[in-house]
Amino acid sequence: MNSKYIQEDKLLLLQITEEIDHHTTEDIRRKADNEITRYMPRKVIFDFGMVTFMDSAGIGMLIGRYKIVKTFGGSIEMINVKPSVRKIFEMSGVLKIVPIRKDIEFKVS
Amino acid sequence: MKSLYENEMKLEFLSKSNNEAFARISVAAFASQLDPTIEEMADIKTAVSEAVTNSIVHGYENMNGMVKIICKIFANCIEIEISDTGKGIENVEMARKPLYTSKPNLERSGMGFTIMESFMDEVSVESVFGLGTKVTMKKFIKKEELKENTEEMELANLGGR
Repeated sequence: MNSKYIQEDKLLLLQITEEIDHHTTEDIRRKADNEITRYMPRKVIFDFGMVTFMDSAGIGMLIGRYKIVKTFGGSIEMINVKPSVRKIFEMSGVLKIVPIRKDIEFKVS
Repeated sequence: MKSLYENEMKLEFLSKSNNEAFARISVAAFASQLDPTIEEMADIKTAVSEAVTNSIVHGYENMNGMVKIICKIFANCIEIEISDTGKGIENVEMARKPLYTSKPNLERSGMGFTIMESFMDEVSVESVFGLGTKVTMKKFIKKEELKENTEEMELANLGGR
């Protein structure tokens, strides 16, 4: 996972680079929480552009991060979500609390 | 001896979470002979990942055990059977409900069975509490393109005569 913090916008970009399942979410969760608690961002943006596979573990992971960010008044959005990944998020209803943004392009490097 | 199925494979592995990727990739590789679309392939991989994760997280509760996969291909259908000899499901009907999870503290979404049901054409769950669980799923791969191709070939053959 790559991350980038933009101080002036209090924006944390988290780019997931691995397949998302029960096994990999353990690592993703730890790294994401580490960055979130470090910066306390106003907004967290998950970039799914490099995610080639995701199962229901991704839903739990996202809701878990949402709960943490919400405790200090922040919000979460997603970008670059592929149709196969989107299908799973749509089924769960998680898009109501973590929307997909289309109009922004970020490069995390 | 003529087999009942056109093709069959068996796979057994230890209930370690890093085998989830191994399991879905192996099944996808076997399913590829049916020439599925990218979407059908993603559906199969996701459903396998859900069932295998259930065996590891719930069946064996992260203790060591063997997860078994049997895949059978007949005509344009792949049947995938995923079983464990773990603790079994007390109430299968409850477990299949969307958003139900017996482990909410682990950030489990409770969508596993719902995803299997909507991504596969048939899903059946057999479980004996204390003995284990077997999930059998079927997916019919559409072969429209293939049909069109063979029709074209037949027409071409007729024309040549």
